[in-house]
Formats: sequence, C-alpha cells, structure tokens
Amino acid sequence: MITAMLNEAWVSMWANRLRTILTMLGMVIGVSAVIIMQAVGQGAQQQVQESIESMGSNLFIVLSGSSTSGGLRSGSGAVSTLTTDDATAMEELPMITGAAPSVRDTAQVVYGARNWSTQITGTTPSYFTVRNWEMEEGAPFSESDIRSATRVALIGKTVADNLFGDESPVGKTIRIKNSPYIVLGVLSEKGQSLNGQDQDDAILVPITTAQRKLLGSQFAGSVRFIMVQAESAEAMPSAEKSLNELLRQRHRIREGAENDFTVRNLTAMAATAAETTAVMSLMLGIIASISLLVGGIGIMNIMLVSVTERTREIGIRMAIGARDRDILLQFLLEAIIISIIGCLIGVVLGIGGALAAQAIADIHVVITLGSILLAFTVATVVGIFFGWYPAQQAAKLRPIDALRFQ
Amino acid sequence: MEAAPTDGQQGNSSPVIRIQHLYKEYISAAGVMPVLHDLSTHIMHGEFVAIMGASGSGKSTLMNILGCIDAATSGTYLLNGRDVSAMDRDTLAHLRNELIGFVFQGFNLLPRASLVDNVALPLIYSKVARDERIARAEEMLSKVGLAKYRDSRPNQISGGQQQRVAIARALINHPKLLLADEPTGNLDSHTGHEIMDLFSELNKRDKITIVLITHEAEVAAYAHRLVRLADGHVVYDGVPAAHLPTQALQKI
Repeated sequence: MITAMLNEAWVSMWANRLRTILTMLGMVIGVSAVIIMQAVGQGAQQQVQESIESMGSNLFIVLSGSSTSGGLRSGSGAVSTLTTDDATAMEELPMITGAAPSVRDTAQVVYGARNWSTQITGTTPSYFTVRNWEMEEGAPFSESDIRSATRVALIGKTVADNLFGDESPVGKTIRIKNSPYIVLGVLSEKGQSLNGQDQDDAILVPITTAQRKLLGSQFAGSVRFIMVQAESAEAMPSAEKSLNELLRQRHRIREGAENDFTVRNLTAMAATAAETTAVMSLMLGIIASISLLVGGIGIMNIMLVSVTERTREIGIRMAIGARDRDILLQFLLEAIIISIIGCLIGVVLGIGGALAAQAIADIHVVITLGSILLAFTVATVVGIFFGWYPAQQAAKLRPIDALRFQ
Repeated sequence: MEAAPTDGQQGNSSPVIRIQHLYKEYISAAGVMPVLHDLSTHIMHGEFVAIMGASGSGKSTLMNILGCIDAATSGTYLLNGRDVSAMDRDTLAHLRNELIGFVFQGFNLLPRASLVDNVALPLIYSKVARDERIARAEEMLSKVGLAKYRDSRPNQISGGQQQRVAIARALINHPKLLLADEPTGNLDSHTGHEIMDLFSELNKRDKITIVLITHEAEVAAYAHRLVRLADGHVVYDGVPAAHLPTQALQKI
C-alpha cells in the first residue's frame, strides 16, 4: 500500500520535474540557511566560550586610577596607585582565592639569531591559579624566585614557536632587553582573548625581576593592575564590595572622594559577550527559519495547484474505491517527499557552505548533529504542516464533483 | 471486510439494485431543479439493462447514484440489500471498490500510468500485494485482448482499446455490478459493437449484472431490458426496441 503510494507520488513528481525541483529549492535554501547560520552562530558562541574559559573564572581586574594634573584627567592606569602590598592584602580577604599583581611592557626578545617582540608581564605565582594557566612544558616560577628576583621566564606558545621552532625552550637562555633569562617552561595554549588578542604571545617573569631589572619603574612595588579571583560566581558582588572598601581604606580615600583605582568584573563582561553572541546566534536562526517557512509556503502553493490540476484524477480514484485517507495520504506523501529530499540536499549544501565559509572567509563554524537533526525535523514538520491543507482539500472532494471537474 | 451480505449464489431471484421513491434535486441560483422524480425500480442479479432518455431526463444522475458517487435527495437505494443512503464516505468507497465497476464515456484512465498500472489501480485500494496486483491486471488485460500493450500509456492506443482497458479496470475486483455511462459514446460504430459484444459476453459468461446508459437504440438492443426515462421518472420498462415485433414498436 505505502510502496504503491510512494511510487505514485514519485510518478507525479517526475511528471512535473521542473516544478518539483523548484518547490524543493525553497526547502533546500531554507535548510541550508538554517545549517549555515547555526554553524556560524555556534562557532561564534564556542569561540567566545573558549576565550572566557581561557581568561579564568570569577575574575576581577583592578586597575590603577586616573590622575588629574593641571585640569587634565588621564585614563585608568595612568598613574600607578596600586602596589604589591595591595595585592597581598587582597589575598587576606575572605571569598578571594588569589590576587596577582602585574606589571607589563613590550620588549624585544632574542634567542640565538632569532628575535621577537612580545608582551612581558611581571607577576606572582598567584597569576597561574587566577588565570587558570598551566604549563605545557617545564615548571612555573615560585615565591622564592619572587623574593630573589631571579632572571627566569615562562614563555607562551607563540613566543616559543617564533624563537625556538621545533627546539625545546626549557633550560635555554633568552635575552630580554639584553639581559639573559633562563626559560623555566612553556605555558599551555590559551588562544584568542575576547578582544581578539593572541594570549600566547606573552612572556611571564617574576614581578620583582620585572620591576627592578626590566621596566625600571619609578616606585618600587607599584603595579599596573591586579588580577583577582573570587571563590565563586555567587561571591562576586560581595567580593567586589570588599575590594573597594579595602582599597579605599588602604589608599586613605576620604568619604565622598573619587576612587584612585577601578575594579572591573571581567566575568560579567564575558557574560555580556556570551549573551551578545547568543542573541546573534538566535537572530541568525530566526532569519534562517523564516526562509524555511517560505519554503514551506512554496510547497503548500504547489500542492494546491497540483490538487486543482488533478481534481479529475482524484474523482477517478474515488470512483474506483479510494477512501478519503488514501487521497490524503497520496498528496501528503508528495509534500513530505519534496521536503525530505529538499532537506537532504539542504543539509549537504549547508554543511558544504559552512565549511566553505570557514575555509574562505576564515569564520569559525561548528556543525553539530543537533542542528542537522533540528533542520531535518523542522523540514518534515513543515512538509506535513503545509502539505496537510491541500491534501485535506483533495480528500474531502465529493466524487461526483471531482469527476465532473473540467 | 464487512461488505454486503453475499447473495451471489441466489441467481436471478435477488435484486442487486432496489430503488424506491428516489428523488434528486439540484439547488442552483435559478432555484430548485428536480432531476429524478419519485423513481422506483429494481434490477435483478444477472440482468443486462439499458437506460435511455433524452438529455436532462436524469439518466446520468441515476447512474451516478447507482454507482455511489452521488447521493439522492430522498428515497431509498438498496445495493445488494444494504441501504446506501445511511453509509459514510469510507463505506461507500469500499462498496465502489468491491461491488461496482464503472465504465465512463471518456474512459477516465490515468494518463501517466501504464495500462497494467491503470487496470491494477483499484487493487491498491483493496490492499492487494503488488505481485498479485500485477498478475491479476495482466490476466485481465489479456482477457480484453490487450496483453501486449501492458506497458503502453493510454494515449498510445486507440479509443476502443482505451475503453477495453477501462473495462478491464472495472472488472479487476470481480464486481457484482458493472455500470457504464455511454461506453460507446466516443467510439465509432464498429468499435462500439466490439465493446458491446464484450459486455454481452461478460453478462452471459460471467453473469455480471450490467447497467448501461446509451442514446443509441442499436446499443440498447444488446441489453435484455430497456428502461426509458423522461423528466426524472420511468416511462418505459421492458424489452428493448429491437426485440419487439414491429407493430408493438410503432405504439411506443
């Protein structure tokens, strides 16, 4: 029965090849649009998610405040009001799992005949826990390195690749601003940050070394920023409050006076970024779904034409014993076959299109089985939904009216 | 399936069709138009009946009602002893499939399907398996002498051949009743006679009850009984004109 019906559906679709193909095209475009948009949207979301994870969780960054001199206000971090002691005090706070004071500069690094310009960050071992940064090779520096301001360095993956190529950097000596540093280890890969910077293009050195030997900062102990980690996402609001109170107290800021520092919730910023990409992803999905809907309307349109055209045939079938549901099934099957074949082609084109976008436009895409199944389900539902009405129209014709139809 | 009570063995004694006080009216913008007016008759198993009448006499409407593709406005129609007017659409479809074979003036074959598929079509709706469908359709095609055209399309054969295919299709489910609405209307007289010979043979050999509409006395002469309609009721019911002695013919 069903094979006979499938065969008949095929015969009539084949008889109207061009029309069938054009109808299918609506479905093909709809489904491939959904898959491409989903792939791009999920790709963006995944990228943001990875950046957030690489950043470390429940993070604050405390920046030095602005200064006002002669009526001119400079931006955050212009003057160094923060000190390593501030960081040490922060670590004493409840709800704070770590605070890493940091200084930063860009410098030329040389190994053998190769050289590379990169960002040098002077910091403490807390930085590794706060940023959730592990070693790929070698070992991190320790508190004793901080105390004795040893010339040791941890290099990021990008730096390692550029200076050492295939060689193992551990134990080798590099020169930063003409001073020799021993490479203790290579940091694990972190990829891009939220604003697109390569986080692996970095060198970490003990903060004391950086302050005394590398950057030559005016005040011993002053730092550019402090990375602070709270113990949990729930603790972040109260942690932020205590950070503010602690620093105001330590910096002796009077009631009503402006802070000379800024506490920024990086995790909240990351959440906003994640939300933005999620919304973008959703919007893409909705737009793609609309094209699927349009494809469905195309199917309905053609099926209505087909029912009208074949009214006489319906009459003949009814006269020789077709029941309402036989007629219904016949037309419904056609609609479903069109949408399923259209969907299959759409899936193939969609995957191809997404991969092409990745290859040509360098857009990060993620194709999941879920999005393919979703497109498939939606296409089938669309086929049934939009095929139902025309099929119903055909099935409820009176045999005599259908037979007499010219 | 729960079809009509099987009374095929009772021969000529049981009516295949019994209609009583049948009315059919069409309602149009011009008002109510009566087509059948208090029509009562019955047709016994194995009969070969020709229905004649001027156009507008209601013969096609009667045929459609007999074939269960149209419903009467009032009155009863018992097909094989069962009241058709009380049946739902599915049961009617089932009756059309199992009990009735329809032959149309315009053949009404499916243009895209091969002849064998056309003949096998009713079997799809009686849920016969594919192999059996094809086997039975081939057998039926050879019965009407068209076995070698099994894969042709309807437009590749002549009108007479198409009507044979339509008859094969009508007979494939071994119906009790064969209804033919001007089956020779679109054919030349030679081919028409061939078709009528086929009907005669089916009636004689296979004892199929045949009701046909025609406006040609020559065609009606093949039947054993003639029912003449005018203005929606029976004005003559008896032996076809060709069988009558000449003086009786002049009386009509």
